[in-house]
Amino acid sequence: MSKTALIARREFLTRVQKRTFLLTTILLPLLFFGLYALIIYFSVSSGEKYNIAVADDANIFKGNIENDDNVHFTFVSNETPQTLKQQVENNKYDGYAFIPSNTKVLDKPKIDIVTRKSVGLISRDKIEDKLNAALEQQRLLAFNISKSQLDSAKKEGNIQFSTIEGKNDSGKEAGLSYAIGYIAGFLIYIVLFIYGTMVMRGVMEEKVNRIAEVIISSVKPFQLMLGKILGIGAVGLVQFIIWIAIGVILTLLMPLIYPPLAEAMHSASSQNQAMQSAEVIKNSGVIDNSIGINFPLIIGCFLFYFLGGYFLYSSLFACVGSAVNEDPQDAQSLMLPVTMPIIFGIVIMTKAVNDPASNLAVFGSLFPLFSPIVMMARIAHGVGDVVPVWQLLTSMALLILGFLCTAWFAAKVYHTGILMYGKKPTWKEMWKWAWRRS
Amino acid sequence: MNILELHGLKKYFATQKAVDDISFNIAKGSIFGLLGPNGAGKTTLLRMITGIFFPDEGEVILDGKKFDPLRDIVKIGYMPEERGLYKKMKIGDQAVYLAQLKGLSRNEAVQKIKSWFERLEMQSWWSKKVEDLSKGMSQKLQFVTTVLHEPKLIILDEPFSGLDPVNANLIKDEIYNLAQKGSTIIFSTHRMEQVEEICDHIVLVNLGRKILDGSVQQVKNDFKEHKFSVQFSGTPSDIDSFVFKVIDKQNNKVIVKINEGFGSNDVLKYFIDRQINIEAFNEILPSLNEIFIKQVEGTKAATRSFQKIEA
Repeated sequence: MSKTALIARREFLTRVQKRTFLLTTILLPLLFFGLYALIIYFSVSSGEKYNIAVADDANIFKGNIENDDNVHFTFVSNETPQTLKQQVENNKYDGYAFIPSNTKVLDKPKIDIVTRKSVGLISRDKIEDKLNAALEQQRLLAFNISKSQLDSAKKEGNIQFSTIEGKNDSGKEAGLSYAIGYIAGFLIYIVLFIYGTMVMRGVMEEKVNRIAEVIISSVKPFQLMLGKILGIGAVGLVQFIIWIAIGVILTLLMPLIYPPLAEAMHSASSQNQAMQSAEVIKNSGVIDNSIGINFPLIIGCFLFYFLGGYFLYSSLFACVGSAVNEDPQDAQSLMLPVTMPIIFGIVIMTKAVNDPASNLAVFGSLFPLFSPIVMMARIAHGVGDVVPVWQLLTSMALLILGFLCTAWFAAKVYHTGILMYGKKPTWKEMWKWAWRRS
Repeated sequence: MNILELHGLKKYFATQKAVDDISFNIAKGSIFGLLGPNGAGKTTLLRMITGIFFPDEGEVILDGKKFDPLRDIVKIGYMPEERGLYKKMKIGDQAVYLAQLKGLSRNEAVQKIKSWFERLEMQSWWSKKVEDLSKGMSQKLQFVTTVLHEPKLIILDEPFSGLDPVNANLIKDEIYNLAQKGSTIIFSTHRMEQVEEICDHIVLVNLGRKILDGSVQQVKNDFKEHKFSVQFSGTPSDIDSFVFKVIDKQNNKVIVKINEGFGSNDVLKYFIDRQINIEAFNEILPSLNEIFIKQVEGTKAATRSFQKIEA
């Protein structure tokens, strides 16, 4: 086994065998999902139940209002507000509405609902909706319009968008492209941060433990750095695969466990990154080709930019790690120039996902420090039209070139930094290290 | 036959000439002491020998061939002064890992580690973690991992710091063993009494330059001050001679310094002529410690890192 492979193997195994790895990899997403499921559960079945007495003297609502689990309307007659109030106080009803006989449907009728205690937001919405629906129905009847007539009047036209090349450009696709681009860019952003800092801490650990010199008397510093980057990259890959698997399994299982929850979750899922990515993966198998999104291409590009971005940034993080000593605060200040481009990248990405052909987006997707994040947002909108093939190839070539540059720079700085103890160097000094002979 | 030859090694850093034209040879199978005050350039020199640094100028010849870090690293075992271990790793795994990095196969490594652990009574350590070890214990482990792959050249930078006398002796015996089996050992230290005890040959560096080179005996001879200690059976009264000067006088013992042009026999003759009974007579050689201090003193070695250099 080559020495780089040996180092990578150790880096991988020591991290994967740790208990915290299992915890973060398996329990964290479960916890996340559990929490999320709970929130949805509570918001769907709000425990409130209202039984509202309606004294409908004007005869507007009777017979055209629906009851459900939360809100029940009981129609009463020959009651006055005073007697109703008394019944509410006696817990016979939770509230009452008195509609005087002179109420006109076509006016803007004032309907007072009096309850014992304040009504929760969701129930309030429900009551309002039900009453307004009933009012609308009554008004239509007053105009002699039937419900079916109204429905056919409200039918939407079948509006199709397409590009000049004759490609179908449905809203469904644009929305999906948006989601895929956003998620892919965001995932890469997170990867760069989590695993980049993991590399940095690994290098710092070697310095703090004073083992660096022992190791580099056996292997070249570059081999040590590369082994570390590869090993931690493998940890990241495994973690991601486990997360994706858990996501897929959970989204598939959820409807079986609690069907209403699944429905609610479906509508709410746009808020949740992990959910959404799972959704995308799930859909990728079944999506029909008419929604011209090229999934193999996107997944291939994702892997390329995932690895390219990770290699590029982790070597920079490694060089920060080699330069600092015990003090984590030193790391903070040296890290800033490395983290800034990542944050810029995500800012450009949020613009690029809306307007993938803008100059800023094109620049961001070519410049190697931003391209891993930005290009994914553009690729989702289609390669060939939104992203010309030459741009994709140039971006990839530049990323590889960028990685070679940062790796060269990092290796030089690493070589010097890992044997340095004492004062924290500045970036200017580190730049000098890169140019001198070792 | 020399295992290692250094020819005009130079390494300049931005603020100092860490190693400034140093050459010496080390014979195969010898125990060699590299001495020098703090910041003399010892560590930089060792890093060039181990291939961690490339010399700015000069060359390193290992075993008759120009030193090539990639090929020759397996011939060297280096225990740096800044040494450590992975804290969270199990001791057995750690030793195997370090041995594998040196190019040993897994099985070979496990076998050798087991036999070393047995010899140094460390068997029970295998599945403990490094963070459970005391400083002396981890030092022992480091020594084992340094010599495990049976390198021809073993470089130990301050190997006894932090070891109790029992363990220090244990390691010392192992060092003699290794030298007997044909390994060459370079010792870097500023603990002179150990050097005097162990080393055959020493080089003293200061301010990046070599200032002494020779066998321990020879160096001591070079710096002898013709002092002798004479012990008598009685207590002689007034001793006065043009042959020597009395430096120190105790009850029945004097320490004399022989004047130029005379030898030890002249001293003896003086006392014999006076019929003073001599019980003991021996030369006092300077200790390495004294030589060291004499050579280094006054060179402003301590403030060296802030000196100006003229390239």
